[in-house]
Amino acid sequence: MYTQGLDQAGSKPRRRDGLETDAQLAAFQARIDADEKIEAKDWMPEAYRRTLVRQISQHAHSEIIGMQPEGNWLTRAPTLRRKAILLAKVQDEAGHGLYLYSAAETLGVSRDQMVRDLLDGKAKYSSIFNYPTLTWADIGAIGWLVDGAAIMNQIPLCRCSFGPYARAMVRVCKEESFHQRQGYEIMLTLVRGNAKQKAMAQDAINRWWWPSLMMFGPNDEDSPHSAQSMKWKIKRFSNDALRQKFIDATVPQAEFLGLKMPDDKLEFDEQTGHYRFGEINWQEFYDVLAGNGPCNRQRMATRQQAQADGAWVREAASVYAEKQAARNAA
Amino acid sequence: MTEKNWPLYEVFIRSKSGLSHRHAGSIHATDDQMALDNARDTYTRRNEGVSIWVVRSSQIVASDPAEFAAFFEPAKDKIYRHPTFYDIPEDVGNM
Ligand SMILES: [Fe+2]
Ligand SMILES: [Fe+2]
Repeated sequence: MYTQGLDQAGSKPRRRDGLETDAQLAAFQARIDADEKIEAKDWMPEAYRRTLVRQISQHAHSEIIGMQPEGNWLTRAPTLRRKAILLAKVQDEAGHGLYLYSAAETLGVSRDQMVRDLLDGKAKYSSIFNYPTLTWADIGAIGWLVDGAAIMNQIPLCRCSFGPYARAMVRVCKEESFHQRQGYEIMLTLVRGNAKQKAMAQDAINRWWWPSLMMFGPNDEDSPHSAQSMKWKIKRFSNDALRQKFIDATVPQAEFLGLKMPDDKLEFDEQTGHYRFGEINWQEFYDVLAGNGPCNRQRMATRQQAQADGAWVREAASVYAEKQAARNAA
Repeated sequence: MTEKNWPLYEVFIRSKSGLSHRHAGSIHATDDQMALDNARDTYTRRNEGVSIWVVRSSQIVASDPAEFAAFFEPAKDKIYRHPTFYDIPEDVGNM
């Protein structure tokens, strides 16, 4: 997902010395077990807070960086209709980023700090946004597959134990459906076009299918800290379970398009009712996460440049507000 | 000049007339007008509201969750404030 359940090393229930008693931890777990929501000012274990700050800020950063691959096609959308749609979609992603920063801020970390961590390269974002958008068909594939994968992940997060995160996710999920549908519609239009256009659609799937599957994070056996997140009801389903659900949902959609997922091992298993699929290239996944994907450097440079370019605007707004305040006080 | 953190505002939205404003989330802005504009762009891109309130987060006074039991305790034992406390014969009809 946008947070990929990664580097949760800090989520082991390590205690603040002397501050977290067994009774407090047990009472907290009892609230979680009773499906109570935890609100920002409630008592919570430090590890729970840390895990959420990390996950929610990673999620926010992913929304923000995620605007870049699609933004690449804003000026070259094939029609005015598509351009307006794409603009609205990219704007939604900015909004998602803001909802999420807002949710994370309730935990006592400032947005400015989170943004600094992103720009300094200390914070992670989803690996998927480090792939390039080479053709218009990529915009279709992203909406259908990348937003589709995001939806699979975000729907369970609407029931996450932390209230502000859950509420932000409800808002996000309401908006995601349009993202996926507009993407699939682009694909439909392409496959109903000429042979070149259909080939373009197939090429986009060839490049986006595997990275989309990686969005769900490592296999369950390589995701040792998931168990704690499940216990805290931050996470509701395992990486592999969500990935399987995504595959089962999207393979028939590809068939409808008359396109093929780039996996020779993909096969429907009558017994289980699920699709079997080939081995994911986890080395590629870890390489991209480590900063060596096709576009990592470009994405960071673009974000840093945007931040620098906007500095004078932010400064002017602050000075203006101060002046107005002084004038009103006089 | 070092950059200042922009103040945080809480956003409340009335989704349609007849309903109360409801907390939607927060945004950052340098002044009240920008807070309204940013709240509109962030939280009402699909006509989710007919009215927005914004208020500086620092201006909100909140009860303490840790003290909630004691704080709300006075209302706990006053069951006679509820209509079901009273026995009225069925023959009386709806009341
Ligand atoms: Fe999003
Ligand atoms: Fe989206």
